[in-house]
Amino acid sequence: MGRTTMDLWVGVFVVAGIGALVMLALKVGNLGTYNVSEAYQVHAYFSNIGGLKPKASIKSAGVLVGRVTDITLDTERYEAKVVMSLDKRYQFPKDTFANILTSGLLGEQYIGLMPGGDDQMLKNGEQLKMTQSAVVLEDMIGKFLYSKADEPAK
Amino acid sequence: MPAVNAIKGIGHRTINAVWRIGVATRFFLLTLTHSGSGFRRFHLIIKELFSTGVMSLIIIVVAGLFVGMVLGLQGYETLKRYGSESALGSMVALSLVRELGPVVAALLFASRAGSAMTAEIGLMRATEQISAMEMMAVNPIARIVAPRFWAGVISMPLLAALFSAVGVFGGYLVGVVQIGVDEGSFWSQMQAAVDFREDILNGVLKSFVFGIVVTVIALFEGYDAPPTAEGVSGATTRTVVTSSLAILMLDFVLTAIMFRGN
Repeated sequence: MGRTTMDLWVGVFVVAGIGALVMLALKVGNLGTYNVSEAYQVHAYFSNIGGLKPKASIKSAGVLVGRVTDITLDTERYEAKVVMSLDKRYQFPKDTFANILTSGLLGEQYIGLMPGGDDQMLKNGEQLKMTQSAVVLEDMIGKFLYSKADEPAK
Repeated sequence: MPAVNAIKGIGHRTINAVWRIGVATRFFLLTLTHSGSGFRRFHLIIKELFSTGVMSLIIIVVAGLFVGMVLGLQGYETLKRYGSESALGSMVALSLVRELGPVVAALLFASRAGSAMTAEIGLMRATEQISAMEMMAVNPIARIVAPRFWAGVISMPLLAALFSAVGVFGGYLVGVVQIGVDEGSFWSQMQAAVDFREDILNGVLKSFVFGIVVTVIALFEGYDAPPTAEGVSGATTRTVVTSSLAILMLDFVLTAIMFRGN
């Protein structure tokens, strides 16, 4: 089959388009930093998750160690069950403490992990027993108002 | 009785529009069934890829660069008020990959390549080249329409990806090089915000759908054009108007399906 310069230009076009897609995937998207295979799942119960959403980050000492994969309401205990997938490189003791924190004053919410002192490490499918719920701004304002009302007038 | 005539006119137009949609659907299905022979003559698709895809490269790249630069500038002005200039990268990338890339590339494609397709096929009809082909037992759908359809469908996602990539570069030029937003946070916030499956693949899917719609409208308007100079010019105008409106409406529907919820 004869080659023409038109074929060359079409080739350039297709290569440029696919190159743009690869560049978008690696440089703009998160495919370059994604390791799905090396993860293990743990879950925890919170009495209130506030504004936590799936895919929220999980941090320990400020370092990203995993992502929230699923949030459901457990109808047996009426608490939110949060499934997290953590990077295999980071192992945590069994008595690790899970907090729902907010980045900045009005930023998005994430889970902070505070490692305990247990010798045993968390394994796939295990539960984080110690949790602290999200701080709900309305509750805090309510408490503040009540405590002000209880103060004796000066 | 002008009122009655007006109502008559509305009814006539509505029926006519529905009729045309039906014919266009039959035309689309006919194109799909005749695509097999089009793929056997692959050099025809290559030729059309050259005239639709390669010839649209320059307008796509230039437009993408400027859209990205404007996004960088405007995004910076807005984000500066909230002290979150570091989110500029994610803003530029998300708006390009999700919306502007597929939509603006498709609008440009409709006016650059779609109008040319309509005019070409309309003139073929007007100068009776299509009748001549039928006379020689060459199926014009397989010989003329199918290669152009597949060339449009293949080149649209590639053009949209190029548009987004060049746009991100334009945003980088204005945001980082000119204004001086921190380069590290520009790229890292972008990578944290853009998800490959959720954002990039959905954007590609959008442009794929737009490619099908724009080329089918352009080819159908050309094939169906009245064989006069006036008819061809009217068909070319209708191609640009109808496909632009179809792109914008479909974009709303696709966005509502894809990005609903989070």
